[in-house]
Amino acid sequence: MFYDPRILLGMMFTLIGTILTAFGLSTRTNADVYAKSLGINANLWWGLVLLVFGIVALTLGRRAQARLENATGTRKPVENRKTLPKKSRIR
Amino acid sequence: MPNLASPNIASPGLAAVDSLILLIYFFFMLAAGFSLKPAMTTSRDFMQAGRAMPGWLCSLAMLGASLGSLEVLGMGAVGAQYGLASVAWFTLGSIPAMLFAGLYLMPIFYGTKSGIVAADAKATSIAPRSIPEYLGLRFDQKTRVLNAFLFATMSAFSAGIALYAMARALVALHVFDRISESLNLPPTASLLLAMALPAALVLVYILLGGLGAAMYSQALQFLLIIAGLLPMVLLGLKKIGGWSGLKAQVPESFFRSLTQMSPGSAHSAPHSAGAGFVLLLIGVGLVLGGATWCTDFRMLQIPMAAKDARSARRAPINAAALRIFVPLVLVLPGLIAVRLPTPHTSILVFNDNNVISHEITVVPPAVEAGTGLVPAKADASGMPVIGANGHAVLDYAMATPNVLPEFLPTGLLGLGIAALLACLMAGVAASVTSFSTVFTCDIFQALLAKNSSDKRLLVVARCAAAGGMLLAVAAACATIRFNSLLDAILLVFAVVNIPLFVVLMLGAFFKRVTGHGAFAGLIAGAAAALLHHGLALPLGAQRGIHGGWIAVLLHPASEIALGLETAIVAFVVSLLATIVLSAFTSAKPESELNGLVYSLTARPQTNAKWWKRPEAMAAAVLLIAIAVNLILI
Repeated sequence: MFYDPRILLGMMFTLIGTILTAFGLSTRTNADVYAKSLGINANLWWGLVLLVFGIVALTLGRRAQARLENATGTRKPVENRKTLPKKSRIR
Repeated sequence: MPNLASPNIASPGLAAVDSLILLIYFFFMLAAGFSLKPAMTTSRDFMQAGRAMPGWLCSLAMLGASLGSLEVLGMGAVGAQYGLASVAWFTLGSIPAMLFAGLYLMPIFYGTKSGIVAADAKATSIAPRSIPEYLGLRFDQKTRVLNAFLFATMSAFSAGIALYAMARALVALHVFDRISESLNLPPTASLLLAMALPAALVLVYILLGGLGAAMYSQALQFLLIIAGLLPMVLLGLKKIGGWSGLKAQVPESFFRSLTQMSPGSAHSAPHSAGAGFVLLLIGVGLVLGGATWCTDFRMLQIPMAAKDARSARRAPINAAALRIFVPLVLVLPGLIAVRLPTPHTSILVFNDNNVISHEITVVPPAVEAGTGLVPAKADASGMPVIGANGHAVLDYAMATPNVLPEFLPTGLLGLGIAALLACLMAGVAASVTSFSTVFTCDIFQALLAKNSSDKRLLVVARCAAAGGMLLAVAAACATIRFNSLLDAILLVFAVVNIPLFVVLMLGAFFKRVTGHGAFAGLIAGAAAALLHHGLALPLGAQRGIHGGWIAVLLHPASEIALGLETAIVAFVVSLLATIVLSAFTSAKPESELNGLVYSLTARPQTNAKWWKRPEAMAAAVLLIAIAVNLILI
């Protein structure tokens, strides 16, 4: 069975975003690291962007997957997006 | 530590956090393969991703597949060489063809949705699995098999070239230095390592998950390319003074350099520069547009795996909408590279607590001779190669990779290098999956074992993927030895894809075109391309792989001009041959062409409002593309 690709995609960007944000926070006082990036803490900011993107993709993907499994697996009528719990576990 | 006065191109290897990001990327590529392994039960699951892919995934995967290493390095190179106007070149070359493919070709190539897994050609007539198979249904077996062999050769060869081109950039960025040091490899082996490691990864996830895994990862890779390169472009723009700093200086007119005739050959030029300009525009439309997006199975296999006809139609159109902004991200690194100061060997003396110390930054002579961060081509001894006009010959392909360590700090650098690896792997994966499908359907099943079971086909498809990758690595190794093979890529493309483009378009829209005509068109077009290449030699080039290997009769202005002219010659000859032979042979009856020719294909019935239809979407994308490019030029 093919699953919703946004789950894979969201997991990767969440992970990379977390690492970049954490690294950016830990090096925020180190001016040498950011001399290249014109004094901007590029790791922190871009890490946050990727983190938000990853979480959004992951959430959308999990919702779609849960709907799909409800529809095909247990033969229940397709649930409205709003009635689903916010963090519906798959697996 | 004082800041070094000059940027150091040969930056040291990666920090731990960079390697960690690379490892995460590798892990998710493998995860795409392993997670789809249970879904691979039939040969259709493997070769066509079960025809179950959502439309948006197809769009992203198409974009990922279209950004192979040659394309990404090439866009940076053209940007460095010809400036901002080349953005228009890439956008307007590709977008009309993508829209056309979505609107008019996908209904034919996708066919109708059917769950039948058929062994014989008659029952698969509803939905061809590959472009050669479509040719077999529309024309005849000989056209199908001829194209299958040509395509298989081309995809393996171009995958090899792509491996080599990006491996060179990765070695220059010292990506795999730590691994080769820990394995005690000699320096020459690091190039092999940079080719073998990505190749092995791609092969593993394709063997596990087939086209589905390739598409999941291509979508991921496309987003990663943007995520890795966009920060570099933004920082680079800030550094050179924003948009106005970029527009301030245009290096050389792109159009003039293509059509300009040098004084020596002016008398022998058969046409004026103006006529040449129009011809070259047609050539670019053919090479970057039609022959890629409407013809190349490496691209078309993706929407052909969509879950329904509607998604298949919308996939190229939505991809085109995103594609408007892609050249901007990939061309700008080249423009930034030429505007930065050229690094020079420098000695810095500084006084630290009364201890005088020296810091010497050694820059290789080939880098010093370059323009900005674009180095000169180096000969065997490392000295810059000097061209006929007395200037150093620049290695424009290194423009994008060299800007990467210039702006990206530790951390983001890992992401940028992952982006370079991603474009390499996305392009190679597209070649390998299409090679596997074409070999299995159109060589193995059509010629060797007509009635083999589906289980056997699945095994053959996996073996073909492995074989295709081995051929690609062999081609890459041959390119290390014979560097000039890199320049043969446009010729191979003209020999294989341009005649196929003619035959596909004629076959898809005209009932009268016959199998004999199509076969003749493929052969005549390929022969004409080879002949033209053998008779023409760009100025200042050596005879041989650069052209003129029969006799030198024509003098195109540059290598690109030669490639485009060859494409046009192949196009015209193939068109004439197909039409003339079709006129003298009898066409198939209409009953056999149902669903294979546009006029005999059922149109998808939609009750949607007019602005929700794909036609309206396509028109909007085209208008936006033109508007964006008018602002740029």
